[in-house]
Amino acid sequence: MAEEMRIVLRNYGKIDPLKIDDYLAQGGYKSLEKARAMNTADLIAEVKKSNLRGRGGAGFNCGMKWSFAAGAQAEQKYVICNADEGEPGTYKDRLIMENDPHTLIEGMAICAYAIGATQGYIYLRGEYPFLVSTLNTAINQAKEKGLVKDFDIEVRSGAGAYVCGEETALIESIEGKRGEPRFKPPYPPSEGLWSKPTIVNNVETFANIPVIIEKGADWYAGIGNPAYPGTKVFTLTGDINNRTFFEVPTSTTIREIVFQFGGGIPGGKKFKAVQIGGTSGAFIPEALLDTPVAFDSMSAIGATLGSGATFVIDESRDIVDVATRIAGFFEHESCGKCAPCREGTARTAELMEKINEGRGSNKDVALLEKLGTVMSYSCLCGLGQAAPAPVLTTIKHFKADYEAKFV
Amino acid sequence: MVNLTIDGIKVSVPEGSTILQAASEVGIKIPTLCFHPDQSIKANCRVCVCEVEGNRLLQAACAMPVFEGMVVKTRTPKVLEARKTILELILSNHPQDCLNCIRNGNCELQDLAQEYCIRENPFEYKVRGFAKDFSTPALFRDQDKCILCRRCIEACSVVQSVNALGLEGRGYNSMVVPTLGKALIDSPCVMCGQCIHACPVGAIGEREQIDEFLAAVANPDKVVITQIAPAVRVAIAEEIGMMTGEMPMGTFVQGLRQIGFDYVLHTNFSADLTILEEGNELLKRLKEGGTLPMFTSCSPGWINFCETFYPDLLDNLSTCKSPQQMFGALAKTYWAEKMGIDPSKIYSVSIMPCVAKKFEAARPEMNDSGYQDVDLVLTTREIGRLFRMSGLDFSKLPASDFDSWMGKYTGAAVIFGASGGVMEAALRTVYEVVTGKTLEDVNFAATRGITGIKEAAVDLDGTVVKVAIANGLANARKLMEQVRAGESPYHFIEIMACPGGCIGGGGQPITKANVKRVERIEAIYAEDEGLPLRKSHDNPEVKTLYEEFLHEPLGHKSHELLHTHYHPKNKKFL
Amino acid sequence: MDYKEIIARYDGKVGGIIEAYHALLREFSYLPEEAIAEAARVFKLSTAEAYGIATFYSMFSVEARGKNVVRICESAPCHVAGAADVVAALERELGIKMGESTADGKFALEFTECVGQCQATPVITINGKPYLDVSPAQIPAIIAEYK
Repeated sequence: MAEEMRIVLRNYGKIDPLKIDDYLAQGGYKSLEKARAMNTADLIAEVKKSNLRGRGGAGFNCGMKWSFAAGAQAEQKYVICNADEGEPGTYKDRLIMENDPHTLIEGMAICAYAIGATQGYIYLRGEYPFLVSTLNTAINQAKEKGLVKDFDIEVRSGAGAYVCGEETALIESIEGKRGEPRFKPPYPPSEGLWSKPTIVNNVETFANIPVIIEKGADWYAGIGNPAYPGTKVFTLTGDINNRTFFEVPTSTTIREIVFQFGGGIPGGKKFKAVQIGGTSGAFIPEALLDTPVAFDSMSAIGATLGSGATFVIDESRDIVDVATRIAGFFEHESCGKCAPCREGTARTAELMEKINEGRGSNKDVALLEKLGTVMSYSCLCGLGQAAPAPVLTTIKHFKADYEAKFV
Repeated sequence: MVNLTIDGIKVSVPEGSTILQAASEVGIKIPTLCFHPDQSIKANCRVCVCEVEGNRLLQAACAMPVFEGMVVKTRTPKVLEARKTILELILSNHPQDCLNCIRNGNCELQDLAQEYCIRENPFEYKVRGFAKDFSTPALFRDQDKCILCRRCIEACSVVQSVNALGLEGRGYNSMVVPTLGKALIDSPCVMCGQCIHACPVGAIGEREQIDEFLAAVANPDKVVITQIAPAVRVAIAEEIGMMTGEMPMGTFVQGLRQIGFDYVLHTNFSADLTILEEGNELLKRLKEGGTLPMFTSCSPGWINFCETFYPDLLDNLSTCKSPQQMFGALAKTYWAEKMGIDPSKIYSVSIMPCVAKKFEAARPEMNDSGYQDVDLVLTTREIGRLFRMSGLDFSKLPASDFDSWMGKYTGAAVIFGASGGVMEAALRTVYEVVTGKTLEDVNFAATRGITGIKEAAVDLDGTVVKVAIANGLANARKLMEQVRAGESPYHFIEIMACPGGCIGGGGQPITKANVKRVERIEAIYAEDEGLPLRKSHDNPEVKTLYEEFLHEPLGHKSHELLHTHYHPKNKKFL
Repeated sequence: MDYKEIIARYDGKVGGIIEAYHALLREFSYLPEEAIAEAARVFKLSTAEAYGIATFYSMFSVEARGKNVVRICESAPCHVAGAADVVAALERELGIKMGESTADGKFALEFTECVGQCQATPVITINGKPYLDVSPAQIPAIIAEYK
């Protein structure tokens, strides 16, 4: 039996998020103190050694990212927390911020010390306006207690744009512009917010930092899958008995998530597919359920861990209809800057609608495959590159469902 | 230097170069659409994508910097399929009316469709359905043709600082629109037309008036006359497959007669005239403590800009009309009299490198002759179309002279076409008027070139006159801010709305790079150098005009016909 | 509060136009032209740029709309949980179609993509406040709170 292991959610339900003393009583801010006593090179080496990889979806080694920013020469650097959490099916970052905002602040402060930044931003999605005061209360409490010296954090709101979860689009949004991604290179650790060295990390990534500093890189690296160690929060939705969240080691398999933690499919129905990582994730059929959820093992089956959203659908669902709705999502959320995404997401939605409404043919499926493939390596940013995945994977694993709808 | 391999060919380029730059060093032309050599890198069309070994994603050649040992492949099957698909996507959303389009034959998207052999499009043809915007008399916008490359926005906001264009919406619904989504005429647009040059396709163009011209020619009651701006001759050659500057003036005049003009005269005549009027106006302000610095007023895009953004500084503008409008007023008074032609029958056409001139000619106050002074403005591009329509072989046409009374000009008039030319022409005359001496070397090198802001201090026998010259409106804005703050050190400022001056005007052959503007500038100064008369006050026809008609610069007749006033535009949203 | 006063509170905040727009929305429910132009002036942008920002983000509107913005999530998890039935109930209760505003100016009805409450689908929000596990039967009572 796989077991939950709460690292980022260690204080969930145990503390009052609006009381900093509760956090302190749990050992909060001791890691920041410990970090500040280390020299920054050692601190970064420790984070790197833990092999903590980004929890927002890109999975880049956190310590390595910090080292780029630390090495850059600039009179101002920034730490940004990506709290945009736009991936449908995902609410893990909301859980962390709602219940333990200080773990985020502490993680950001450790990063700021490591890279030499004095200013931080939390980019909070516009759909979480109720968290603005929670975060500001926590920030002010930490300031008042003198715990976050030389590091100011400001909360900035998003305004309803999924693309702002992409780090450079997020940066553009904080700069007060349209949230359109920038081409890379240059990468944010060398040129980010207002062209200064910037670290953008996900809420869940930062929430791990205090524990890594407290218990050591080796401890962390030993949890779960060695190439992608630690835990991951999964939020379950769709046709699942336990429509809730779990934090499990990365060696857990998809089957364990769905059938053990998720409690299986309601109404005794059969499992059809699960989409992991959010709405840009692959649809995974029954045959591949014994895959561990770590980044690289998912990659090997043509899937992504992404945000850890787990969207289950049962045998009674029209998967083409679901994929059509998702195609509509991407058409709505494309920023419009690059041609293959702007036009490609619209065409994908149009073709899916055609097939879904019973007017499609094999030719349309072939075109969707070609279009999706081209988009996956030509688009300017991750949104356009990942958008075709739901369509491509449902075509691959559930071709019969498409054919059943042909004219 | 960085060493890399492109399509198996080794190349060495400086650090910081892009794949696109490196490829052009070894003769590999990677196709582009949103890329513009004089603008920031956009990387949004993705047409220039290439394979870079070690990377699953294709990289945009225009943006990707090279690294040591990089291995690039620009035409693998994966790349070709990607480019073709991207073009198909853009084309399936693009009006299929090449045959009727103003950029037929000169369109970057059309070129790519040809190069990539797009015969059939797998995507359903679907146009967005915007209404075309014909709200200004100078240019039109056709949003359905927009491919969202954003080059026009950069031209309007960065190069011109007018900011009349921006984006609206997101994703498939995004579009380039005038301010607040209004009609162009209600935006700050000054009609300079630089957006036309920036646009790779036919989404923006001039208000074509060829039909009006042909109707006038066909009308037996009309005497159709023309004036040609100095910037036109050097560029018209480009419209008909010749090299910049290669069209001899005499052949050009013959060509104009062939397409239907009854009389061919020259704006250069009135440019010389402008110098007499404006030079004296400057001297008057200097002597009598008039409003300084004085700004030139021959660029209607600049006048629109001043009326829109700096209405508090309208008194600084010279009251002289532009050469086009001075000509217009005189053609239906002085010239009509000299020629014994009924002015009501004269249809006065000007050929301009400019689209804002279409607006200028239609200004209600430009009727001092008793009629609309200039009836029609045709751009260099429209004349090019008329020449091509007429099937003329310019290598064989015999030369022809200009007609009398308003057709002679000096080199000082010719240089009006380039940034700094009006200033240099003015200095050539003002020097001699103030010092009473002959100017031996007429060349004022400090005024020349494409540099955005130039300045010079000219010693007129003890009186030092400080001058500045700006081309491109963002540069003009810098000087204007200085004037507004009361900190301008200059006495006289020449401003041309278009980068490089009129040779880069909105009506010129589609100008894809600043190097072309530089070429045209060189042709202008070469023309000036080859002329026997190079000072405006030496123009014999201008002398006759004063002797017989105007009597003196800034005199009563001049004020009646050759001077004007300006009005704040009061645009609500800037 | 006057739109100029609202915007002035964000003067000096670098990149603060989006915060200013949110504040304007709390007061006016949409972004009037004059407010966009004033925001442009304060943040040293052109009106064209300020308009481009206003029209990029889903939460902003440049057209007047009902005071209480009712949004229903249409992302895949809510879609399979029966969002379509809630849409029908909303349209019935308010007497308008998706994308419209009521004639008395009290309500605007819009789609939204995921609002991060996927443990309790279907979800609606009213003025940003989430309502969870919404069934068509609950709609009249929820709407009544705002009438």
